[in-house]
Amino acid sequence: MNFNTPPYLTQNVSVQHVMLQVLAALLPGIAVYVWLIGPVVVVQIAITTAASLLAEAFMLRLLNKPLGLFLGDGSAIVTAWLIALAFPPLAPWWLLVVGALFAIIVAKHLYGGLGQNPFNPAMIAFAVCIVSFPALMSQWPPVDLPSGVLDHLALVFGYSPRIDAMSGATPLDTLKTALKLGDGSASVASVMADAHTYGYFAGKGWEWVGAAYLLGGLWLWQRRIISWHAPAGFVGGMALLAGGLWLWNPGQFANPVFHLFSGGSMLGAWFIVTDPVSGCTTVKGKLIFGLAAGALAYVIRVFGGYPDGVAFAVLLLNICVPLIDLYTQPPIFGMKGKP
Amino acid sequence: MLQQLFKFKGGVKPDTNKTPSVQLPIGIAPLPALLIVPLHQSIGGMPNPLVEAGQRVLKGQRIGGPDKWVSSAVHAPTSGTVLAVEERIAAHPSGLPTLSVVIEPDGRDEWIERTPLDHTALEPERVREILRDSGVVGLGGAVFPSHAKLAPAKSVPMEDLVINGAECEPYMTCDDMLMRERPEEIVRGIGIFRDLLQPQRVLIGIEDNKPEAVAAMQAAVHRLGESYAVVAVPTRYPAGGAKQLIRVLTGKEVPASKRSPEMGVQCFNVATAYTAWRAIAHGEPVLSRIVTLTGNVEQPRNWEVLLGTPLKDLVALGQPRPDTNRYLMGGPMMGFEMPSLEAPIVKASNCIIAGSPALFPPAPPEMPCIRCGACAEACPHELQPFEMYWFSRAKNFGKTQEYNIFDCIECGCCSYVCPSRIPLVQYFRFAKSEIWSRERDKNMADAAKARFELRNERDEREKAEKAARLAKAAAAKAAEKKAAPEAGKETAAADSPVDAEAAKKAAIAAAMERARVQREGAQPKNTDGLTVAQRKEIAEIEARRVPLQPEQQTAFDAENAENAEAQSSRREKQ
Repeated sequence: MNFNTPPYLTQNVSVQHVMLQVLAALLPGIAVYVWLIGPVVVVQIAITTAASLLAEAFMLRLLNKPLGLFLGDGSAIVTAWLIALAFPPLAPWWLLVVGALFAIIVAKHLYGGLGQNPFNPAMIAFAVCIVSFPALMSQWPPVDLPSGVLDHLALVFGYSPRIDAMSGATPLDTLKTALKLGDGSASVASVMADAHTYGYFAGKGWEWVGAAYLLGGLWLWQRRIISWHAPAGFVGGMALLAGGLWLWNPGQFANPVFHLFSGGSMLGAWFIVTDPVSGCTTVKGKLIFGLAAGALAYVIRVFGGYPDGVAFAVLLLNICVPLIDLYTQPPIFGMKGKP
Repeated sequence: MLQQLFKFKGGVKPDTNKTPSVQLPIGIAPLPALLIVPLHQSIGGMPNPLVEAGQRVLKGQRIGGPDKWVSSAVHAPTSGTVLAVEERIAAHPSGLPTLSVVIEPDGRDEWIERTPLDHTALEPERVREILRDSGVVGLGGAVFPSHAKLAPAKSVPMEDLVINGAECEPYMTCDDMLMRERPEEIVRGIGIFRDLLQPQRVLIGIEDNKPEAVAAMQAAVHRLGESYAVVAVPTRYPAGGAKQLIRVLTGKEVPASKRSPEMGVQCFNVATAYTAWRAIAHGEPVLSRIVTLTGNVEQPRNWEVLLGTPLKDLVALGQPRPDTNRYLMGGPMMGFEMPSLEAPIVKASNCIIAGSPALFPPAPPEMPCIRCGACAEACPHELQPFEMYWFSRAKNFGKTQEYNIFDCIECGCCSYVCPSRIPLVQYFRFAKSEIWSRERDKNMADAAKARFELRNERDEREKAEKAARLAKAAAAKAAEKKAAPEAGKETAAADSPVDAEAAKKAAIAAAMERARVQREGAQPKNTDGLTVAQRKEIAEIEARRVPLQPEQQTAFDAENAENAEAQSSRREKQ
């Protein structure tokens, strides 16, 4: 194939252009995250990015693919940032590296590289690490962390012991544990009355990180990098299930807004289920994919054993993508309303 | 009257770049030193050459006759001498040669006798014949013979006649200028189409980036007292695609499997209407067309160019800039690169764009598809180009058909928006041509098989019949022998042996006559698309054959011809 073929005009877009905009859309979320936790977040992102790019370069060399072209496409950086944002901020550096290597080498390149991976690489990294290192992956720092950036770095690089004060559970996990382990007297209202952990509508501080992801996602939608269908499906699926149970028993089930702004909901809705490679491609398919992922994530985080369910929900739905796409093909021009 | 407009999904909005070429009125291109007129300038059959080298031709004289219904005549664009009827490079991306009439103009521009006609006084069939013999074809670029589109469907009433003045390709302004400068003749030409098709309404669609053309057409329609609606449609490529314009103006979606008259609608380009009027009312066949010469030239402009004008003569008029590295025929979305400066302007040449590395930079390297779906969003036929790409690449052609690859109109919107810069249209063309060639092979194999089976069956049947005849005769003989001694005298007298002999001879003669007629009626089917040299050779061989041929051989010949055909089809396959 050469360039001497029509059309001779092309829009000024490229894979790199798409990936850079996704990265830009993550910036508000990262900014709030840094404000909440500290500069250690940036260090974590840098570690993961470096590991991802190295793994990418290694695999490209191994597979004899043009290094400059693919290393510059930005897809490995997007994967890296998503991993860094999905992992606990004070996770040891090697955990992030393990996640990045697994995502890039196994989930991406062993499946054929850019555009060929059936599973979302960042979610594969999360799933692999939470299964292999459940304790480390469940240690989330409280938001009003007293110590400074040096203490954080000492934790990340393993110079100081991982003491309990530095690690806790997420607001989601706290709520679930309280409701489960309590003598039955605990209600959502009583647990969430703890202003130390809970803020205006979700986890204290975390709710603003979620809101910033939402902002970035809306910007991506406005730029037409993503369509609204998968995020709307995700939000709708989670809200419907959470809302239904909350209306039925508000004492035992938190309201939908809490769930949408807790854990990985917003990151998942706008940056994970919108991944074109591992997601559905038809309009109806995207809605179904989003809806099912949102509902499944809720079921896993509320009834399952893991603190959050976004990663597993997305991976399970990734498997269903070919089937959903096959059965949701839209009618073509001139064939609407016809078999 | 306010016209309700409909939307088509998809489409793109590239920069139109139309302004430079509409600054000057249409210029008349000077007579070139040589005209190379290809005989095959329309969809359908290959017109037969009607002239020979050395012959003098007049302007408008037919030099190529239509060989079947979907075919169109070709004419001498000016008076002069035929230098040769030979293979010359075609205005086609392949650069393959095509049978062309090379004419050296004498500069006198001497017309044939022209007979202006009033189409309302003619039978519709006659009007269609005149259009065919005048070489009127779709000048929007598809060059489908117009007369073949001018018969309404029998079962469906014709509701809408859509006239296409949308001109959605960037750079192209030939229809725009024609509508501005010669709107009355367009409107009169539309009248011919209307009278043949008898639609309930006539809609003229023009993209709203051509307000001057809209105004000129509206004024002309008003002046001539017609009730046509001149509608400005939103500028969005490919609004000028026939199916898209029909959708926008009537709301009807014509699927790939249907012809538009089956849905009560037909569509013609404005320039086609113009040439139809010139053909009927002035007796002037299609000898020239308006060509936009634009792009990397000092003097972008529209020219009325004689068909057969070599590209080099036309581009010289525009003074191409030094960094011009290629010429595109058609628009930048669906056009192609002209194979040579010697290639001629033909009926399909609506636009010539001089290209430079700055104007059309080489595409960056192709990246893997990331399934972003931008192509599906841009596809005006609402296909899933990335799925078709995937299966085309894997040569899984059955799957490409499941994803409706034959509904693809190759408009290029998908390639235009693709962030991975995948030449999607090329993949689809590849898949389509592969499917076609496989289908052809299969059909030929099927036909050969059917022939073989038919012949086997015939042999069996004849054998059985012969055996039955023999048995019957033997039985009759036996019966005769038995009956003879009793009452054999009368029958023998009635069935005289002389009569039987004569009847047998007559039957043989009749069979031979049948075989002869059949042989003469049979056209060998492998003579399409032969070169001049090959045609000459065949004619010589035929001439040698005739005196050598004893009549008794006819029966064998018929069979030999059949075998030869089977062999040649096998050869073609290889």
